[in-house]
Parts: sequence; C-alpha cells; structure tokens
Amino acid sequence: MGRKIRIIDTTLRDGMHAVSHQFSPEDMAEIAKSLDEAGVDTIEIGHGDGLGGSSFQYGFSAYSDEDYVTAVSKVLKNAKLDVLLLPGIGTKKELEAASKYGAKVARVATHVTEADVGEQHIKLAKDLGMEAVGFLMMSHMADVKTIVEQAMLFASYGADTIYVTDSAGALTPQGVFERIKAVKEATGLPIGHHAHNNLGLAVANTLAAIEAGAEVVDATCKGLGAGAGNTQIEVLVAVLHKLGYETGIDLYKIMDVADDVVVPKMKRPIVIDKNSLTIGYAGVYGSFLLHALRAAEKFGVDARDILFEMGQRRTVGGQEDMIVDVAYELSKNR
Amino acid sequence: MTNKIKAAIIGPGNIGIDLMYKLMNRKYIELDMVVGIIPESEGLKLARENGFKTSHEGIDAILANEEIKIVFDATGARPHLLHAPLLKENNKIAIDLTPAAVGPYVVPVVNLEEHLKSPNVNLVTCGGQATIPIVAAINKVADVKYAEIVATISSKSAGPGTRQNIDEFTQTTARGLVEVGGADKGKAIIILNPAEPPIMMRDTIYTRVANPDEKEITRAVLEMVEKVKQYVPGYQLKVPPIIEGDKVTVMLEIEGAGHYLPKYAGNLDIMTAAAAAAGEKIAQSLLEAKEGN
Repeated sequence: MGRKIRIIDTTLRDGMHAVSHQFSPEDMAEIAKSLDEAGVDTIEIGHGDGLGGSSFQYGFSAYSDEDYVTAVSKVLKNAKLDVLLLPGIGTKKELEAASKYGAKVARVATHVTEADVGEQHIKLAKDLGMEAVGFLMMSHMADVKTIVEQAMLFASYGADTIYVTDSAGALTPQGVFERIKAVKEATGLPIGHHAHNNLGLAVANTLAAIEAGAEVVDATCKGLGAGAGNTQIEVLVAVLHKLGYETGIDLYKIMDVADDVVVPKMKRPIVIDKNSLTIGYAGVYGSFLLHALRAAEKFGVDARDILFEMGQRRTVGGQEDMIVDVAYELSKNR
Repeated sequence: MTNKIKAAIIGPGNIGIDLMYKLMNRKYIELDMVVGIIPESEGLKLARENGFKTSHEGIDAILANEEIKIVFDATGARPHLLHAPLLKENNKIAIDLTPAAVGPYVVPVVNLEEHLKSPNVNLVTCGGQATIPIVAAINKVADVKYAEIVATISSKSAGPGTRQNIDEFTQTTARGLVEVGGADKGKAIIILNPAEPPIMMRDTIYTRVANPDEKEITRAVLEMVEKVKQYVPGYQLKVPPIIEGDKVTVMLEIEGAGHYLPKYAGNLDIMTAAAAAAGEKIAQSLLEAKEGN
C-alpha cells in the first residue's frame, strides 16, 4: 500500500462560485451525505468567499452560513465538516457560530504575503478545539522565500496544516513542486495544495504537490469551482489509485456522486474557455470570472481585456469591485 | 489676536506626527505639545524641530497643563481607555483616533455638530471616514436599507495594530455605517494589497435604497465628495454613481496629502485630516462659547 493522501472536497464551497452561491441547504446536505458515504475525509462548505462572504461584493448566497453548516453537520457520519474564513471578510464571531453548529476544521485564508491578519483566527480555531489550517492564497504571486516566511508565521500561530494555494490556476507543475517542497522542509507540518484548472493542469499540479511531499489536497466533483474549476475529484482518485496511493475513497461511488448527484445541480458546465484560460494566463483570482463577464456585457468590452488589466494591476483575491472600475476605464479609453 | 485653543497630541507615531503637520497654521486651534513615552523617539525629535513642546512622560505632562483644552489620542485602544477618564476629569476634550470608541462616533462632515459638546469623540476607522459621508448623503435622499463597503488599502499602510485586530476594523466600520451613516444594516470588508509601488486607498460603497431616484442620488453624492474634499483634497470619485434597480455603487480613490505619511496612505491621511477638521471645529465652538459669556 502506498502513502495515504487526505482529500478535502470543496464542491460545496469553491463550487458555490460556479452556481453564484445559490445551492440550498438541502442541495448541500444531499451532496455532502453522498460524499461522506463515498469515503471523503473532509468536506468544505459555505459561500465561495467563506464565512460572511454573502455580499454585494461577491454575490449574496441563497441561505446563511448557519443554515448551510447546520444542514450538512446533521447528515455527516464520518467526514469532517470544514469552513473557510478570509480575515477582512469573515470575523471571529462567524467562526464561533460555525463551530457551534458543527464545523470541525477551520481554514484561515489570507493573501500569500499577509498571513499575519489571520493570527487571531487560527488561535481562536484552536481554542474552539478545531483543526486549524493556514491557507496561503495566490501563491503564484510570491517567490519561494516569501512563501516560506509566511508559512512559518501560520505555523507560529499554531496552525496544524499549511496550504499553498494556486487560487488563479496560474502555476505549472514545477512551480507547485518547489513551493510545496520548501514549505514542507521549513515547517515540518502537513502541507496541502488547492489547484485550479485554468491552464488544464489541476490534476498534474496536484500530483506535483504530492510528489513534493503534500499530504492533503483539494478536489471537487466534476471540478466544480471558480474559473475553470478545481481538480476533478473522481479523476484524481482514479489517478492516485493507479499510482498506488491510498485515499480512503471508493472510486465507483465518487464517480456516481459527481455524475448523478452533482451534475443535475450544476448551472453551467465547467470548461476551459477563452475567459477562464485568460484567468490562468493572466494570473488573477478565479472567482473574478463571472463578475468580469457581467461587467464586460454592461460596459461593452472584452472580458479578457478586463482580466488582463486586473493582472497588470496586481489585484489580489477579493478585489471584485475593481472589475467594474477597470471595465469602466476600458470603455472610456476605447 | 492670540486667541486660539491650545491642543496636544499623545502618541508621536506615524499618525500622531502626520496630524502634527496638519495642525500647523490653523485659525482656531494651536498645537502646543506632543507627548510620548520614548525620549529618543523620531516623532518627538520631529516635534521639537518644528518648535513644539515635547515630553516623554506620556499623558501626565498634558494633565499638568491647564491651558490645553483639546487632546488628540493617537496611541491605541488600550491606552486610550486609561487616558479617557483622566482627560475628562481634567476638563480636556478628547479626540480619539484609536478604536477604543469611548465617545460617540464622529465623521466631521456628517455629525460633528451634534457632538460639539461631547467630552470625547471617536473617529471610527479610516474606512468609516472615507465611506460614511457617502452613505449619509445617499440616505438623506434615498433611505439606505443596507450599506456595504469594501476598503482596499496597500499592505504597507496597514500597521501591526490593524493586522492583529482586523475584525475590529470590519465590525467598527459596519457599526459606523448604521450609527452615523443612517443605514438600517451595515457590512464592511477590508482587503490588503501588497503590490509595489503601493496602491492608493480605494473604497467601494454599495447601498440598497428605498427610493432609487437616480438624479437626486447622483447630486447628493457629488455634493458630498466636494464637501469631504475641503479637508481631504485627494478624495475623488473613480466612477460616477452606478444605479441598477435599488442598488447604488460608488467608487472612490483617496490619495494622501503626503504631509508626513506617503501619498498612497490615503487611509491614514483621511484619519488625521478628519481629526484636524474635528479639532478645528471644536476649538471654534469653544471660542464662541467663551465670547458669548
């Protein structure tokens, strides 16, 4: 038997971007229950931008954080329930509530250079008896040395696991490998990777992360997620089993969840089209996709031009409002 | 006429010293003293070089001086909780730039008139100073049901205090949107961007309104921008107000005056500018009360 790889399914969190945060608690409970039965270790749920993400800025979710957490925690037997928190958007108050309603894992996500805004939230998660994950987003924007420094900050706050995340789907396998390897060596903690498929590399990058020492990786059914989506869980499980890794997931069952439970609830297919490809190429945050499409229509400009300009301005995750600003300027300078 | 109200600053850090420059050559308020706790600090040195009295004995040096009537506190929430009762006992008006919020929230252009006699006023947050005027302006003509703001600032302009307590920013700003801005509900988001060269402060204000009268809303927003510009010259509208159904979007960029802090730190500049504007107005009201007697 090969090494055990822990898979965190984020269909019900990153996948929320792809359905404009409109899953109902019943949808979530149904999908989560079948993921649990397929043997998935950890299931992340909630608004695409995490706790407190429901807003004009990112889109309002159909229901509250509390509704989602309560509905899913009721149906899980073995899988751990996980929530994402982006400091600056969500607060300690929302994390406390999520814990009260049954969340066991807290992933505290900051831009790759700003881990110190997450200190209090990591410490709170530990005080609440949760597993705490420091989640460094947009890791393609920083060099290895910086990423290691920031990972060490998360480690010093008490994080159990450190994620090096490719929020833009902009990295290639070599870039993932060197980042994960360096963070693994420096922290000695379990390391995770979260990939996006904008360049068609999500499975390859996830493998590179595992080869570099990652023990935890994210994936979603059908790849449902922001931009061109995430690593497709049923594909990843097949590949890992072929290579001799252990995942604890039943391949047939996870295929069934993806095709029979998730597909009927999808609003649009997850594909690499000209716009999601541009996100990966320009290196911008995956959830800008639908916002850029709306702004492109409103201001009569090409969504790709907006996305490129967002990359030029070195925007970070969460700056969806800038899309309108950029689209307006592009429409005026035409 | 040497008839000006004397003032002091506690906390000679970046904010305190930028405020010091903004308090020079004012009509009604005269900065007398800057105090800190580290004798060799750069801030106290700059204050001395600019001809102000200084002390490293903290607030005690101010309490001993009866002439000082207005005290700006640019330390931190915890020290201000200690300073506030001492200042009050000694009949000194506190203008609080920390998150302590002992006194009512004040945004000079919106509600200072109501609190001119308050012994302690608090300046909310930088995001609050930037966005609450717009919410208040829209609320006046369109009745704001929900206000949400997104403040994006350069990483370099966010000090350790902000970083270690980022929830305080979002929660305090959200309360300010309701209490001062007049929204029924409020939400605030803050984003730090590490790009080099550092970005200017940007603020987006989204509101859901009861009466989406496009003409009135646009007029109210433009008027308010002009009013804020009088004390924050770098305050500007990035995109004309966008009205879609009952949703109003306003985007601002704030360039700092560059007195002591760099120009990109519009978020810090708007705090010190608001403090100076509030101080000047309170000083004027104290003088008028004196003349009236």
